[in-house]
Amino acid sequence: MGEVLVITSGKGGVGKTTTTANLGTGLAQLGKKVVVIDADIGLRNLDVVLGLENRIVYDLVDVVEGNCRLKQALIKDKRYPELFLLPAAQTRDKNAVSPEQMKALNDELKEIFDYVLVDCPAGIEQGFRNAISGADKAVVVTTPEISAVRDADRIIGLLEAAELRNPTLIINRLKIDMVRRGDMMNIDDMLDILAIDLLGVIPDDQAIVISTNRGEPVADGSTSQAGQAFRNIARRITGEEVPFLDLDLQDNLVHRLKKILGFAK
Amino acid sequence: MDFFKFFIGESKKSKNVAKERLKLVLVHDRADCSQDFLDAIKGDLIRVISDYMVIDESEMEIRMTRTKRDTDDTMIPALVANIPIKQMRDRKRL
Repeated sequence: MGEVLVITSGKGGVGKTTTTANLGTGLAQLGKKVVVIDADIGLRNLDVVLGLENRIVYDLVDVVEGNCRLKQALIKDKRYPELFLLPAAQTRDKNAVSPEQMKALNDELKEIFDYVLVDCPAGIEQGFRNAISGADKAVVVTTPEISAVRDADRIIGLLEAAELRNPTLIINRLKIDMVRRGDMMNIDDMLDILAIDLLGVIPDDQAIVISTNRGEPVADGSTSQAGQAFRNIARRITGEEVPFLDLDLQDNLVHRLKKILGFAK
Repeated sequence: MDFFKFFIGESKKSKNVAKERLKLVLVHDRADCSQDFLDAIKGDLIRVISDYMVIDESEMEIRMTRTKRDTDDTMIPALVANIPIKQMRDRKRL
């Protein structure tokens, strides 16, 4: 029996889709059977981030409405034997699927896969309610900005009201030099405010933009810090204890010396 | 410029400003987002106060707001209750 994780944030543009694609890739690398579902009906993007946009025939709404069998709509990622995408419909709206249908779909997928990752739409309306329906666990993605953290707090409240207790946090796009200068909230600041467990931290990394341009998730073998961070989170999801990346966030004497000697930026 | 920043010190760093503003906004958000929370407080207040006075429950109002702190001008969250009293109870008769 697999596990359904919903990746959510409240605010748009903080990296839910990138996170979903990379965690799916990271889990598949560990040999897990994974399906990633794009629940953002009408604004689908998980397909392009994974580089699978040209292979869509059927979508989530087709499955729910019975226009095709579930297996016909699952797109296999050729890079991994056990990674599949269930794309969102692009020409429908969020009401095309009900929470009950979503739960039934998740229950069916859980029988086949080790992990079902649901990429939740931004917002707190029907699309959000559908996407969290049938999830076993929730992951909240935020960036170190007031607006994103505020929305994350709201989402945590709504998740708990929907009986999705103890969501975990991914802090995305942490700019290390700004944290050192005291111009960006650090990891402890955000954990202090949101008071949930940390699942991982993704440093701001140009490799993400480049990999998204190419449709190849950064967790796919890249030596970048972000790729490593995503692979670590995937391992944590499987229950492994993985230490957090040493991001060297302190502006201390050691760092200044390293800077002088050319070992740090 | 950096020389002066050194003296301004830790608390004025922009991340601390962000954190302070965020904390205030969240107190409001968290209380705001649940009417149940306010209703629970209201119910308890009615129960306690009714031992001492007769109040007009239909006109009673309770809400979260923000106010300036007495010592300086910092905005702080405040719980405001407006409770119209109809009549005082005679404590000796209780």
